[in-house]
Amino acid sequence: MTEQPLLTVTDLHCYLATRQGVVRAVDGVSLAVHEAEVLGIVGESGCGKSVTCRTIVGLMPAGIAHTSGEVIYHPRGDQSILTASPAQLRSLRGSQLAMIFQDPMTALNPVRTVGDQLLEAVTAHVRLSRSQARARALDLLSRVGIPAPARRMNDYPFQFSGGMLQRALIAIALASSPRLLLADEPTTSLDVIIQDQILSLLLELQRDTGMSMILVSHDLAVITEVCDRIVVMYAGQIVEEGTVADIITAPRHPYTRALLDALPQPSHQDADHQDAGPRGPLRSIPGSPPSLIDVPGGCRFAPRCPLAVSECLTWDTELLKTGEQDHLARCWRHQEVGRPQP
Amino acid sequence: MSAGGTGSGDLSTGDLTTGGMRAAWAASPSELLMKAAAKAASRRRSTVRRRLTLIAGLVMLAIAIVAVLLAPVLVSASPTTIDALHPLASPLTAGHLLGTDQFGRDVLARILYGGRIDLAIAFGATSVTLVGGTIIGLVAGYLGGRVDAILMRLVDLFFAFPFLVLIIAIVAMLGPSIFNMFIAIWITSWVSYARIMRAQTVVAKKQQYVLAARALGYGPVRVMFRHILPNVASAVIIFSMVDAVGNIILAASLGFLGLGAQPPAPEWGTMISDGQNYLLSSWWLATLPGLAVVFVGVAFSLIGDGLTDLLRAGER
Amino acid sequence: MSRFGSFPRRLVHVVIVLFGITLVTFFLLRLIPGDPALAILGSSYTHTRAVAIDSTLGLNRPIWSQYGLFMGRLFHGNLGFSFFYNQAATTVIGNHIAPTIFLIIYSAVLALVISFPIGFVSGLRRGGVTDQASRVFFTLSFAMPGFWLGIILILIFSVHLHAFPISGFGGGLAGHLYSLFLPALTIALGFSTVLVRSLRAATITTLQAEFIDTARMKGVGWSQVLWRHVFRNAVLAVVAVYGVNLAYLISGTVLVENVFSLPGLGTLLVSSVSDRDYPVVQGVTLLFAVLIVAINLLTDVVQAALDPRVGQEIGE
Repeated sequence: MTEQPLLTVTDLHCYLATRQGVVRAVDGVSLAVHEAEVLGIVGESGCGKSVTCRTIVGLMPAGIAHTSGEVIYHPRGDQSILTASPAQLRSLRGSQLAMIFQDPMTALNPVRTVGDQLLEAVTAHVRLSRSQARARALDLLSRVGIPAPARRMNDYPFQFSGGMLQRALIAIALASSPRLLLADEPTTSLDVIIQDQILSLLLELQRDTGMSMILVSHDLAVITEVCDRIVVMYAGQIVEEGTVADIITAPRHPYTRALLDALPQPSHQDADHQDAGPRGPLRSIPGSPPSLIDVPGGCRFAPRCPLAVSECLTWDTELLKTGEQDHLARCWRHQEVGRPQP
Repeated sequence: MSAGGTGSGDLSTGDLTTGGMRAAWAASPSELLMKAAAKAASRRRSTVRRRLTLIAGLVMLAIAIVAVLLAPVLVSASPTTIDALHPLASPLTAGHLLGTDQFGRDVLARILYGGRIDLAIAFGATSVTLVGGTIIGLVAGYLGGRVDAILMRLVDLFFAFPFLVLIIAIVAMLGPSIFNMFIAIWITSWVSYARIMRAQTVVAKKQQYVLAARALGYGPVRVMFRHILPNVASAVIIFSMVDAVGNIILAASLGFLGLGAQPPAPEWGTMISDGQNYLLSSWWLATLPGLAVVFVGVAFSLIGDGLTDLLRAGER
Repeated sequence: MSRFGSFPRRLVHVVIVLFGITLVTFFLLRLIPGDPALAILGSSYTHTRAVAIDSTLGLNRPIWSQYGLFMGRLFHGNLGFSFFYNQAATTVIGNHIAPTIFLIIYSAVLALVISFPIGFVSGLRRGGVTDQASRVFFTLSFAMPGFWLGIILILIFSVHLHAFPISGFGGGLAGHLYSLFLPALTIALGFSTVLVRSLRAATITTLQAEFIDTARMKGVGWSQVLWRHVFRNAVLAVVAVYGVNLAYLISGTVLVENVFSLPGLGTLLVSSVSDRDYPVVQGVTLLFAVLIVAINLLTDVVQAALDPRVGQEIGE
């Protein structure tokens, strides 16, 4: 990718001031999203992926969150987001940057109709007549696959199922034709079949409109289905980044390897599709992530890492090139990370 | 220093009109750490501040109780001695720190002795309704079924009446006196406690610890009082502080209306009522007893607020 | 889909409560120690009249029969005869309703005007000047007896500043608004304590909701988000509190009317207590209770109108 990216994040830090101390939720994250690219951010709960997204769009609460670094949105004259004025942020949101959240039920105002809230999004950046706005809203609802849109416009959120509501939220996000959509765990609170539908919808919309997407999930399976590039986060840092293909076939960080190993294995089948062998045991990662308040020196994954040696606990490693194009890993032993076990 | 934007970095919320709620920005990670740490420290300090409200309230209440109990020691004058030679003396005259009323009676003495009645109501009326209402609510919530239905209908019934009106009516029927004030309050105020307790009990009886206790074969009385009650008591205790303030005001109100303490007994409410007649000339007669009520009321409020934070912090 | 699905059930509940109110009111009179006829007639006692009262009230009959008689009279709008005023109790009460209703509405509106902006801003800018100042102010005013606050207001504004009249209802709409300002303000301030705290808490909670983030991400201006999402939802949470406390407010009118010598139901209640005018006491109590039931019903209706989820509840 040689053309200028849409969004560049440089050395982003986000610290939260809590009663228990300073939580270093994001500790030195850099990434870039290009035109029409789908970037996935994957990691355990608490690794900082949501905070990263919210910081990118400026939604972190004042008084608690403190940020440093740069987030630049290039198409608008290299607009810096972290130091943007409220008016600048407002003009970016909706028309350039959009976001959908994890739980559709709480992401909409329960006492206003879905139609009302959609119209609010449609008219946020352009002046439209009532009928024009309504037409656009109906069009958006059909595009996201909501049947009988005219009737559903007058319904309240509690009258929708989870999947339908998430579709409505996608419609709202797309209302002003943004160029970058951030999706924070959009399928996590939905059941599996609906998950697939929503993911396909997102992919389809992304291809149709050519917009870029950042997809955040703790579920590696979801990420690999949809994304072009992946960023793996752990304890507030990026530990590996690369294309989906590279990372799945040849992970270069022990944590990524462990994540891949932890994916449930289907049972083996022989050529005649008969059950041939037993399923392997579920492989989880022992231990738990470190506290983000008293961040240990050295590699943050070392206590749980099968490849760790004593030096790992004292050396702060940067993201190193692994030899493959644009494939970086924060591990000085990345050569020794083997292929994931089948 | 933070840079950029119309709102400066560390607002707790943003500018009302231009859309705040934006995180603070620092130029480098080390500066970032400093700012964040400073903010975290100030958050810790605010916890300490909340403990102070509880202590402040307790101290104020202690002062009030001691002053009232030690009244004979603190003032040499009697609250009922008439001194026809010095009526309506203003505060700070010799021998009368807070002045005298229209009969020459010492105001300070009347306030201290009068406090005994009002504090007695605060503690006496509140504690009985607290205990009674709690038990009824506990039983109703735990047993459920018809007992619950009947008791809660009764509670709803009482809630349909404005308390003051009902109490006035009851006192009217029984005859105005301090004791009848107690009775009127006992009859009407238990319902708030019952309602709170019942709601808490209904939720509590589905919890693991209750199911476990019952599985172990403990009888209902034991489960209710030894297991459920300690866990849900915080809500009613906090409410009892609010109720205490209400009861003091109630006692003063009834006194004001002439339905409580009868003359010549000193009581803050009756003093205010008497004082209203002399508002133009002797403002202190009506004002000072009210300040006493406010003092005690604020004490209970602070205790209530402090307890809320203390008990809620445990729940989080 | 009917939004008022539980409405018929609500109505039934209301009717039951109304019956309960009549029961309690009926029993009030039975609380009087001694002979009710003697008590009612007081100085107008003659043997003939006593006998007449005995038969009207059915004092020789079993209690449930007495209740039947009572209800019968009630349905004919007969609340008894006031020997003090020498008129039907209903007439006496009717003459005193207007100032009370006016005062209630005036206070309710004034409380809204005071508490909504303060509560909202306190929640938006937590820890800010408005928040801290209002917290101090309302902690103090909560501990103040309403009647005392009224007296202080009179002292400051009527006696010293001559800005408002000391008492009375005034003539004409403007006169009413002018004369009732201080009384309404007294009640409204007491009412506002709870409202401000509720709205503040509701605002803080609503601000943290995820749909606020969704709204901001549309690129909608912050003031629009505040109004359409934050305020609207926070107010909804406060409607129930408003309704409950409005009922409590009615108690406040009794005291305030006495302080400001307003010719309303509150003054009537108190004077009829000291006049031993039992039928009037009973009638006013009943009326107050019915007022409260009406207000609670109104609250439910308003809540259902504002919140589409309310009609969906199955059971209460």
